[in-house]
Amino acid sequence: MTTSCKIRISGLSKRFSDNVVLNDINLDLEPGERVAIIGPSGTGKSTLLRCLNFLDRPDAGLLTIGDLSVDATRASRAQILALRRRTGFVFQNYALFANKTARQNITEGLITVRRLPRRQAEARADEVLSRIGLSEKADSYPSALSGGQQQRVGIGRAMAMDAELLLFDEPTSALDPEWVGEVLDLIRSIADGRQTMLIVTHEMQFAREIADRVVFMENGRIVEQGPPARIFDAPTDDRTRAFLRRVG
Amino acid sequence: MDGLDTGYMIGLFPIILSYVPLTLTMAVTAMAGALVLASAQAIIRIFRLPVIDQLVALFISFFRGTPLLVQLFLFYYGLPRVVSALTSIDGVTAAIIGLTLHFSAYMAESIRAAILGVDRSQWEASEAIGMTRGQMLRRIILPQAARIAAPTLMNYFIDIIKSTSLAFTLGVTEMMGAAQKEAAGSFLYLEAFLVVAFIYWGMVEFFSFFQRQLEVRMQKAFVR
Repeated sequence: MTTSCKIRISGLSKRFSDNVVLNDINLDLEPGERVAIIGPSGTGKSTLLRCLNFLDRPDAGLLTIGDLSVDATRASRAQILALRRRTGFVFQNYALFANKTARQNITEGLITVRRLPRRQAEARADEVLSRIGLSEKADSYPSALSGGQQQRVGIGRAMAMDAELLLFDEPTSALDPEWVGEVLDLIRSIADGRQTMLIVTHEMQFAREIADRVVFMENGRIVEQGPPARIFDAPTDDRTRAFLRRVG
Repeated sequence: MDGLDTGYMIGLFPIILSYVPLTLTMAVTAMAGALVLASAQAIIRIFRLPVIDQLVALFISFFRGTPLLVQLFLFYYGLPRVVSALTSIDGVTAAIIGLTLHFSAYMAESIRAAILGVDRSQWEASEAIGMTRGQMLRRIILPQAARIAAPTLMNYFIDIIKSTSLAFTLGVTEMMGAAQKEAAGSFLYLEAFLVVAFIYWGMVEFFSFFQRQLEVRMQKAFVR
């Protein structure tokens, strides 16, 4: 896995009509760093993630991944593609390709985007399938998989691309409680490989366990950040304290 | 009331049946052309490509807003006066082109609706892995839209098969024209047109059967 470059988000802003969703977000990630974003719903956590690969187009800001720098105000289509090819995205609702089997969901990007020969892509997919524990489901369509299995394929699809940054958008929020464990276990094992990742989550215990740093967001701003132990046990900002009291 | 001359009808069947290949050639060619044209129109409308979007909207409006027969007459009998390239066109070609344009306008709307019916997550997932618009459409969106649109498109195909009978009005001897000629000699119009009706009915039933098979196959990915 390639986890060798620094990631810098500076001055990122986004508004939906009159509603400012992200207000001058600045965040750096060291290579291999695992950062969890927590905060109340509707504070722009998911939008932040979605702006990083232009699923939502930011209004302003500079995004840097290694040697690729993209200015949001004048990002070209080619730059946006390049950015997307350096990031992997895991969706809350899995978003597996409904017309493709589990294996094809993984090979799809390898073949069409990375231009790997089919055989090589399939070999890589089988590796990933075994890593996510779904080798026997390789030929199943998403509709035949449980929520947990679908999300594991979703993660596998993102992993397979060897992205420099993995983005997890509330990966367990849509899951029935019985499937949450297996998905968290998988993310934990990826985190153990020192994959640079940014994860928006409501699972506080999980954030504390896997993150090197926890970022608390509210109203489109980063309020406070630091090592999990400090954020969870000794938050300095009142808003962080209030939030943790509510969810704790 | 005279009884039906069934002997005459039985004798007529092979004669009219021999025009089935012509009917199918016109229908299949028009369908293929309409599919391509309609997909292009649908994509142009969805991405709201400037200028051509308006042109496509106008095209669709015209071809849905006027009768097919009028369009065929305009194209075959009217336009050649101003477009000299059309003077040498034969009835079959004119019918195929007319059917293609006419049905592409209808099919564009159902393909557009089908594309918009594909879940937003499918677009986002394709974008997120870095696909280009073309890859996205080709690999993910259109295959899923095809599944949604298949029943309607199949209905249009059936409609096209039946509408090829209008080629008769452009002087093409197809099934209808052949029946007309036979009946003109025998005066057994009821028998002749019944034979034509039965053959169309049989063809439509045949393709409806295929349609059901196809739908079952296309559902494969979506059945638990």
